Amino acid sequence: MIAEAGLAALWIAAALALLQLALAVTGIRFDRDDLSAAIRPVAIAQGVLTALAMLLLIAVFTRSDMSVLLVAENSNSMKPMIYKIAGAWGNHEGSMLLWVTILGIAGGAVALFEKRLEPRTLTATLGAQALIAMGFYAFLLISSNPFARIWPPPADGQGLNPLLQDPGLAFHPPTLYFGYVGLSVAFSFAVGALVMRDVGPAFARAMRPWVLGAWIFLTLGITAGSYWAYYELGWGGWWFWDPVENASLMPWLAATALLHSVTVLATRDGLRAWTIMLAVVAFSMSMIGTFLVRSGILTSVHSFAVDPERGTFILALLAIYIGGALALFGWRIGTVRAGNTFELVSREAGLVANNLLLSVMLGIVLIGTLYPLVAQAMGVQLSVGKPFFDKTVGPFALVLVALLYAGPLLRWRRDRVQAVFNRLTVPIAIAALAIAGIFVLAPRAGILPTLGLGLAAGLAAASVAPLWKRDLRRTPLFTYGMVVAHLGVAVSLAGMASDSAFTVERLVAVRVGQAVQVGPYSVTLKGLKPAVGENWSAIEGVLEAQRGDGAPFPMGPQQRFFSAPPTVTNEAAIKTVFDGQLYTTLGDADGQGRRQLRLWWKPFVTLIWLGGGLIALGGLLSLLGRLLRETRSARRARKRAREEADWGEEAWT
Amino acid sequence: MNRFAILCAVALVAAGPALADTSRPPVDYANTQLSDPRQEAQAKALMEELRCLVCQGQSIADSDADMAGDMRALVRRRIAAGEKPDAIRQWLIDRYGDYVTYDPPFDWLTAPLWLTPIVLVALGLLLARRSLKRRGRN
Amino acid sequence: MKVTRILIWLPLALFAILLVVVATGIVKPGDRTIHSRMVGKPLPAFTLKPMVANKPGLSPQGFREGGPRLLNVFATWCIPCIAEAPELMELKRRGVAIDAVAVRDTPGDVRKFLARHGDPYARIGDDAKGEVQLEIGSSGVPETFVIDGQGKIAMQHIGAIRRDDIPDIMAALERAK
Repeated sequence: MIAEAGLAALWIAAALALLQLALAVTGIRFDRDDLSAAIRPVAIAQGVLTALAMLLLIAVFTRSDMSVLLVAENSNSMKPMIYKIAGAWGNHEGSMLLWVTILGIAGGAVALFEKRLEPRTLTATLGAQALIAMGFYAFLLISSNPFARIWPPPADGQGLNPLLQDPGLAFHPPTLYFGYVGLSVAFSFAVGALVMRDVGPAFARAMRPWVLGAWIFLTLGITAGSYWAYYELGWGGWWFWDPVENASLMPWLAATALLHSVTVLATRDGLRAWTIMLAVVAFSMSMIGTFLVRSGILTSVHSFAVDPERGTFILALLAIYIGGALALFGWRIGTVRAGNTFELVSREAGLVANNLLLSVMLGIVLIGTLYPLVAQAMGVQLSVGKPFFDKTVGPFALVLVALLYAGPLLRWRRDRVQAVFNRLTVPIAIAALAIAGIFVLAPRAGILPTLGLGLAAGLAAASVAPLWKRDLRRTPLFTYGMVVAHLGVAVSLAGMASDSAFTVERLVAVRVGQAVQVGPYSVTLKGLKPAVGENWSAIEGVLEAQRGDGAPFPMGPQQRFFSAPPTVTNEAAIKTVFDGQLYTTLGDADGQGRRQLRLWWKPFVTLIWLGGGLIALGGLLSLLGRLLRETRSARRARKRAREEADWGEEAWT
Repeated sequence: MNRFAILCAVALVAAGPALADTSRPPVDYANTQLSDPRQEAQAKALMEELRCLVCQGQSIADSDADMAGDMRALVRRRIAAGEKPDAIRQWLIDRYGDYVTYDPPFDWLTAPLWLTPIVLVALGLLLARRSLKRRGRN
Repeated sequence: MKVTRILIWLPLALFAILLVVVATGIVKPGDRTIHSRMVGKPLPAFTLKPMVANKPGLSPQGFREGGPRLLNVFATWCIPCIAEAPELMELKRRGVAIDAVAVRDTPGDVRKFLARHGDPYARIGDDAKGEVQLEIGSSGVPETFVIDGQGKIAMQHIGAIRRDDIPDIMAALERAK
C-alpha cells in the first residue's frame, strides 16, 4: 500500500502543478489578483506532496519490500540501514524523484517565504516553476515510475553498486541536487521578470538569497563528491575532469557568476540583461548536467543508471524549457530598459571582469566536455581531459585569483589604480615573498604549483583586507561571509598546489615485515587478515606506520569482495594529520609472495576540501547577513509607518 | 639469405632480455616506479595524459585494469630507455588513434576546440565593453 | 543597434547548436570500439617465446613467407574467447593457418584451455605483459588480425568471431593472397 500511496501523492502533485500554472496564466492574463493569491497555497501543497512521495519511497526501501521493482533491482535485505535509505536515490528512478521533490519543495518555499517580490512577478515565477515541474512529473510518471510493482516478488534484491555503498551516497547526491534544482528558482525568477518586464534592484535583492542558497548546496555537493571520489577510487586523485564532474562544475561556475552579477544589479542597477541570462544559463547547466549523466552519451568513471531512451526524454524537456526561456529572453529583453554603465576602475567593473572570466571558464568546460561528440559525428574518436582543461581553464583561474586580490578592495562607482595598489601592498608582498621562498626551498615544485601557492598566500591576506581598520562588531555579517568565502578560495588553492607540488608516491611490492619509506612516514606490512562486513568479505593489509620516532599506529587498507552484485573494490586507509594525509591502498599479490602496496604522502591535501567548506560557510554567513538586514529594515519600516500614522492622528486631533 | 640473417640477429637481440627474464623475476613496471625520480615524474605525467582503452574514462595512471598496467609498463620501460614522452605518446597514437591521449593534438578537427578560449574572451570583451562608460561621451 | 539584436538572439542560436550536437550523440551513438591504426601497415617485427611445449612461438619471418594467416589475440581468462573457439576450429577445418598471441596467461591454463575447447593454432606466442598486444594496436581480447603473405595487416576483427563473421574473414583472407 505504501507504494500506491506514493504514486497517488505524485499524481495529485502533478495535478496541482497544472492548477498552479493555470492560476498563474489566468491571473496575469485577466488581471485577477484573487486567482494569483490562490497560487501560494497550491504551490505549498505541491511541495508537501512531493516530500511525502520521497518519504514513502524511502519507507519502501527501509522495509526491503521486494515487490517494488526498484527495491528488488537496487537493494538487498542484508544491506546496512543507511544504504537502504540512501539506496532510495542511488538509482535512476529514485534520484529523479529526489529531483522532483526538491523542485516541489523549492517552489513551496518560494510561495511560503518570498515577501519582497512584486506580487505579479511572483505569480509569473510560480507559474514558471509549475511549468518546469510538470515536465518532470510527466517524465517520472510516464517513463520512470519509482513505485512500479513486480510480480512475483523475488526472494531478495540484487543489491546496490558497491562503489555506491558508502556514506558519501547519503550526503553527496541530495546536497548536489538541492544545488542543481535550487537553481530552478533563479530560472523561474528570470522567466517571471521577463514576463512582467520587472528587472531591477528590487528584483535582484529578492532573487539573491535563493541563488545563494542553491550555490551553498552546490559548493558542498561538489566538495563532498570530490572527497568521495578521492578515497573511494583508491588512486589519490580528487578531480579527473570527467564529464560527470564537469556536469557539476558548470552550474557552479554559472551560479558563482550569477551571485556576483546579481550584486551589481542590486547595488548599482547594472548588468540587467546579463543577470537574467545567467539565471537562465545556471539552471540550464543543471539540466544539461543531469542529462549528460543520465543519457550515457559520454563515458564516465562515475556514471550509473545510464539509459539513452530516458536521456531522450530529458533532452526534450531541456529543449522546451531552455529554448523557451532563451526565446522569451530574445523577445522581451529589448523592452527592458538598459542598465547603468560603469567606470573602468570600480567595484562594478571588477565584478564584470569576474563574470567574464567565470563565463569563459564555463564555456571552455562545456565545449571541452561535449567536443568528443562533435568529433564522433565526424567519425573521429577523441578524448578531451586533464591536459586540455589544465592548459585552457588553468590560466583563467589564476587570473581570476589575481583579480580576487583587488575586487573586494575596489570602491563602488569610481576608484583610482594607484589607490588600489596602495591597498594591495601587503598581499602582493606576501605573494612575492612566498613565491621566492618556495623557489629557493623547493626548486622542484614546478612553475604552476609554485605560482599557485604564492598566489594563495597573498590571497589569504588580501581576502581579510576588507576587515582592516574596521569596527569588527559593526561590520555586517555578509561582509564576513565574503571574506570567509574568498579565504576559502585561497585555502583550497593552497591545497591543490601543495598536492601537485609535494605529493610523494610509492608503488611497491613488499613481503611481510618489509618497511617502506614514504614522505616522513615508514610503513611496514605486518601481515594480511580477512575481514567481513554485512554484505562483503575482504583481505585487509595490516600496516604499521610511524613518523620519525613517533608512536606507531595501525592502518588497514582492504580489497573488498561484494557478493551482490559481485565486485571487487579497493578501500583506501587514510590517516589525516595536521599537515596532510597518509593514503594507503592494498593491491594484488604478485605470485612471488609479495603484496602490491600503493602509498602516498600528500602534504596539506585536506586544505582542498577545507577550503570548499569555507567557501560554503562564507555563502551561509552571507545569506544569514542578508536575511538579518532585511528583517531589521522591515521592522524599522513598520515602526516608521506606525510613527507616521501616530503623528497623522495627532495632527488630526 | 641475407635478409634472413638480419632477421635472426634481430630475433636474438629481442630475445636477450626475455631470456634474462626467466632467471630473475622481472621488474614489474606496471606497479613499480623508476628508480630515477626525474624519469618517474616524466613517466607519471605522461601516464596521467593517456587514456585507458578498456575503462570508463580513466587515465592509465589511475586504473586497476590489467591493460592499463601493461601501458604503464610500456611508458616506464621506454622512458627508462631514454625515449621522450612525446615520442611515446605518438607511438601509441599511431596504434590507437587520438582517442588514447587526453591531450587532443591540434589539427583541423580540434582547431575549434583549441581556439575556444580565444573566441570566448573576444566575445566576452565585446559584451563587457557595452557595460563600461565610454570615455568622452560621459 | 544591429549588434544588440544579434547578441540578444545569440544564446538561442548557440543553444540550438548544442542541441544538435547532443541529439546526434543520442540518435547515432558513436562506435565505442577502438580500431587499430596498424591495419594496412606491415606487422611489427616481434618475437614471442612458445607458450606450450609442443608448439613454436612467434617470429617475424613466419608471417612473410607463404600465404595469408590469422593472428588471434586471446586469453584463457576471457569468456568470449571460449565462445569463439568452435569458429576458430571451423576456420582451421577450412584450411586457414591460425597463429595466436596469448595475453597475460600461463602455460598450464593454455594447455587446459586447448584440451577443452580445441586447438586451432599453428603457433602460440607468450605475451606475458601484453607488449605485442600494444604493438599491433589491439585493445582487448579476443581480436583477430588477417595478415597477408607479405606480412601486412589486412584486417582487424574486434570481439569474438561468430558463425556469420566467417564469410567476411574468408573473403579477407582471399583478398590477402
